[in-house]
Amino acid sequence: MSSDGAGQGAVTGMADRSEPESRTDDDPERSGATDGAETVIESRDLDVFYGDEQALRGIDLTIPEHRVTALIGPSGCGKSTFLRSINRMNDLIDVARVEGDLLFRGKNVYDEDVDPVALRRKIGMVFQKPNPFPKSIRDNVAYGLEVQGKTDDIDERIHTALERAALIDEVEDRLDESGLDLSGGQQQRLCIARAIATDPEVLLMDEPASALDPVATSKVEDLVEELAQEYTVVIVTHNMQQAARISDKTAVFLTGGELVEAGDTNEIFENPEHDRVEDYITGKFG
Amino acid sequence: MDDQIRTESTRLQLTGGERSRVARERVYRLVLFLCAALSVVVTVTIVVALAVDAVEFFGMVDPVDFFTGTTWVTARDQFGVLPLVTGTLLVTAVSALVAIPIGVASAIYLSEYASPRARSVLKPGLEILAGIPTVVYGYLALIYLTDFLRGLGLDLGTFNVLSASIMVGIMIIPMVSSLSEDAMSAVPDSLREAGYGLGATKYEVSTGIVVPAALSGIFSSFILALSRAIGETMIVVMAMGLRPRMFDLTDPVGSLAESGQTMTSAMVQAVTSDVGAASPTYKSMFALGLTLFAITFAMNLLSNAIAARHREEYQ
Ligand SMILES: Nc1ncnc2c1ncn2[C@@H]1O[C@H](COP(=O)(O)OP(=O)(O)OP(=O)(O)O)[C@@H](O)[C@H]1O
Ligand SMILES: [Mg+2]
Repeated sequence: MSSDGAGQGAVTGMADRSEPESRTDDDPERSGATDGAETVIESRDLDVFYGDEQALRGIDLTIPEHRVTALIGPSGCGKSTFLRSINRMNDLIDVARVEGDLLFRGKNVYDEDVDPVALRRKIGMVFQKPNPFPKSIRDNVAYGLEVQGKTDDIDERIHTALERAALIDEVEDRLDESGLDLSGGQQQRLCIARAIATDPEVLLMDEPASALDPVATSKVEDLVEELAQEYTVVIVTHNMQQAARISDKTAVFLTGGELVEAGDTNEIFENPEHDRVEDYITGKFG
Repeated sequence: MDDQIRTESTRLQLTGGERSRVARERVYRLVLFLCAALSVVVTVTIVVALAVDAVEFFGMVDPVDFFTGTTWVTARDQFGVLPLVTGTLLVTAVSALVAIPIGVASAIYLSEYASPRARSVLKPGLEILAGIPTVVYGYLALIYLTDFLRGLGLDLGTFNVLSASIMVGIMIIPMVSSLSEDAMSAVPDSLREAGYGLGATKYEVSTGIVVPAALSGIFSSFILALSRAIGETMIVVMAMGLRPRMFDLTDPVGSLAESGQTMTSAMVQAVTSDVGAASPTYKSMFALGLTLFAITFAMNLLSNAIAARHREEYQ
């Protein structure tokens, strides 16, 4: 028991050390960080199957507006699956099947009258693996703006998006080069720029900092916090400190596709209800 | 004991078994090389064989007259190749207008839209189309297609360029569609997801992401199909007639409605006509063959250049 406590202290301690400028001033304790926030997305008893295999089991989770919600859990526990079921990306996988409700502003996105294209224009996504188009850097960011008809001041929008994604300095004078000529970490930021350029209401980010160096990671974390002023962010991360640093709410998935615990990030990290969650966030899991 | 093991593992000289392994590698390499070299040898042999006879032909007919002449009447020793070249290009152009849009559209459908069931019906269907002997296409053009087009109000001769060209186009649709579909199916799904994730529709993803990413493969399919159209013989011999006719820029519709002749069809005529093997008519076949070869070769170079410029490579 005592060793558990020590391990947990280490995680939260690290989180405390690296968050002073961004968070401590507005809510040092961060308890109740999600209080008063409206629910944008809510899943009710959500099951997702890939063929016969069940990837998510009865997920009940609410995503608060203008907050950062972190999804954490071991590999293969269904974090990406949950994220992809929010904007119906699972529609594209033949074997995938969704049961239960997923409400976006109270409307079940799996209702027949919901247009997934319109839904995805409101809910942007950054994928787990960087997937820039084999087009120029400019065209990568322009693509979403063009399909959504947001082409007024397009150059300015592109510039702003690249700036917010902390990429502009590296690409400013080579916007016509292929996005594939960028490094892995730069590609990841290009994909972030592409997703935020169209101003979605909700941004789903699947490990957006997995290939980034510490400097770029902290820029992306700053961006996430900044985005949360206007947008709602759901972020998957394997980095506990990152989850603790940037999120207001944390949902812990564990192997088997179950959501074990969800709540204010501080409480999850400082005082989790479940031993399994505690073991996971203190690194004793697996 | 230990010492022995160490010397075993650090020894770099080859043992008997290893030596035979190296020898086997050499043999594999040689056999593979010979197979790869065979096609080059065959190509070079063909070109040389054509060139030797073509040189003889150009001893009898002035090359300038050949390449600039606008009349091809072998019986009167008039060997101006331009009517045949324009005939070939006309067939190629019209068949491209038929095959490229339809071929690319079917490729997009098969690769992006079709359900597995629809695909399992359509793909074999296209393959059957590719397996039909060209003599059957020629017959269909002559007997049915011309009548059908006349029914649409077109004033066509019995033998005409339009029917033959459309039929050549139909014949090469499967080449365009199946090679283009291969190129599109090879585009990774992660790119499609990126497009859908940004709120693109299926049509926008297909035309704005998949097609550009597959463009070099799609271009190769065009070139292969058009080379096939340029070289197509049976359909044009049967349905287009044997009258070499300069393409008339002032009357393109008339040029399509009447008979004409391509280089390939003139070659067939040269080899089947009752003339001696030493006659210029017979030898003209080789000059035509060489010209044809030069045209397809130039098309390949052109397509490589175009593909290189438009390449959107993915990893
Ligand atoms: N396209 C698919 N087809 C079949 N099964 C899939 C597919 N995608 C995911 N799965 C399965 O669903 C389960 C959850 O996968 P998911 O990608 O959601 O995990 P994750 O939590 O995002 O893992 P990671 O942290 O490694 O990204 C896994 O068991 C996986 O094998
Ligand atoms: Mg994942």
